[in-house]
Amino acid sequence: MKEAKERIMQIVFLATACVSILAVILICVFMFANGIPAIGEIGIFKFLLGTQWKPNNGLYGILPMIIGSIYVTVGAIIVGVPIGFFTAVYMAKFCDPKTYKIVKPAIDLMAGIPSIVYGFFGLVVIVPLMQKIFGGSGKSMLTASILLGIMILPTIISVAESNIRAVPESYYEGSLALGATPERSVFSAVLPGAKSGILAGIVLGIGRAIGETMAVIMVAGNQPIIPKSLLYGVRTLTANIVMEMGYATDLHREALIATAVVLFVLILILNSCCSALQRRGN
Amino acid sequence: MEKLKKRMEVYKYHPFSLVLRLLMVIVTIFTVGITVCLVGYILIKGIPNLTLDQFAWEYNTDNVSMMPAIINTVLMVILVLIFAVPVGVGAAIYLVEYAKKGNKLVKIVRVTTETLQGIPSIVYGLFGYLFFAVFFGWGYTFLGGALTLAIMILPLIMRTTEEALLSVPDSFREGSFGLGAGKLRTIFRIILPSAIPGIVAGVILGIGRVVGETAALMFTAGTIAKVPGSLMDSGRTLAVHMYALLSEGLYMDQAYAAAVVLMVLVLLINACSSWIAKKLTKG
Repeated sequence: MKEAKERIMQIVFLATACVSILAVILICVFMFANGIPAIGEIGIFKFLLGTQWKPNNGLYGILPMIIGSIYVTVGAIIVGVPIGFFTAVYMAKFCDPKTYKIVKPAIDLMAGIPSIVYGFFGLVVIVPLMQKIFGGSGKSMLTASILLGIMILPTIISVAESNIRAVPESYYEGSLALGATPERSVFSAVLPGAKSGILAGIVLGIGRAIGETMAVIMVAGNQPIIPKSLLYGVRTLTANIVMEMGYATDLHREALIATAVVLFVLILILNSCCSALQRRGN
Repeated sequence: MEKLKKRMEVYKYHPFSLVLRLLMVIVTIFTVGITVCLVGYILIKGIPNLTLDQFAWEYNTDNVSMMPAIINTVLMVILVLIFAVPVGVGAAIYLVEYAKKGNKLVKIVRVTTETLQGIPSIVYGLFGYLFFAVFFGWGYTFLGGALTLAIMILPLIMRTTEEALLSVPDSFREGSFGLGAGKLRTIFRIILPSAIPGIVAGVILGIGRVVGETAALMFTAGTIAKVPGSLMDSGRTLAVHMYALLSEGLYMDQAYAAAVVLMVLVLLINACSSWIAKKLTKG
């Protein structure tokens, strides 16, 4: 009796462990099964490389959105990575405990704020600011990049910080003993040891930026055209889905699902990059 | 003062070190400043908009009350936890207590949880829509939304529970086995009770994500601003409510109010989680 109970519970635990596998399989199957036929119908080159997104005329080219996502993400990296990197180094190596007690909760706070609130903040603060400085509507690639750059900060900072802390203290001490300043010691002796960990954090941040939806949609302007400059509006893959999914039908709807498939594949590639980096770090 | 003078002396010969130091300080101040700005701005602009009729029981076009959305958020959290916690904790128990080292299944589970963690919420939303709303033919339902979010927070709960279980010393297990308890009894009577604080901290973090989630719910639980009569009705949570207000563009004041409530809620939840986690590490 007792034996049987033990066996049954073991199987139950095993089954719960398999739920995550099942979930991934289901997600893959449903996304691909619903998205691929649309790509086939539209034609893969017309879909991925077409520059016109006009569902009413049967034109489904998502190149503007792919480029939009890439531009905005690159912008977010340019804004977020230097800030995140130097903050992480400061927190891990130079901060005295008192300051740390202020900075760390602030970063945690930032990580906890929902993306819709970030989007709202962007809409009511950054957009009017951009309007004043550059004119126009204020909703542009630049605005989206700045907002996303801020949003990915906590991800980059926390991963980078823990990886810098994991480097043995002897590297730092050895360099100090050779007469280098603390700054020089950290940047030339400690950071090379944490390189792949920091990179993994950045890739994680990139993944967050590409997948971000609600914040971007508020501030990016959402025109499905390849932007000519930083101040033009831009539409990302994620925004494309949210904006039109509510009323889309037939091929239009399937094209949106196919858009999500493209996004999904991009994220899968990024994730495998990230875990490869982390493995190398270990 | 003396110390600072000495340090400046060093920097005189190493100007680049000084530049790096200043850069780091400035950037850190900027990061903290942005956070303070964001939270402060929303609180200052939002609190005056928190009027009583915002908390009326009925939502209608004259008064876009957020009360139904708040109730929905609570219901959604409960429902998601009912699905996600038993599965997440069970899976973690299997990984830590049952699986042998180098087990292939464990490796696969790790890869899949990592994958789940990286998937953007809009992809979850579309999957939930395709699976629950279309394939099962449910349409926009509260249940579909909850199941979608449960899959979304599953890796988080699994990871935190795993860490909590791993931190229970092996001597507890050995002691329990030595007294003649079976594996099951050891898990439920000895290991889980000592791991509870860690598990709770993870669960609360998961609640924070559920409360703040928008994209995954729009096409699964839908946007009807009422408390659903059954699990198979549609209902919007507070975050979706806020998005709906913003996209209509007519209710900025109410959106401010919703933003305050949402932000304070999520921040409180997260503070709870880190407080519990801190208690745990202290002893």
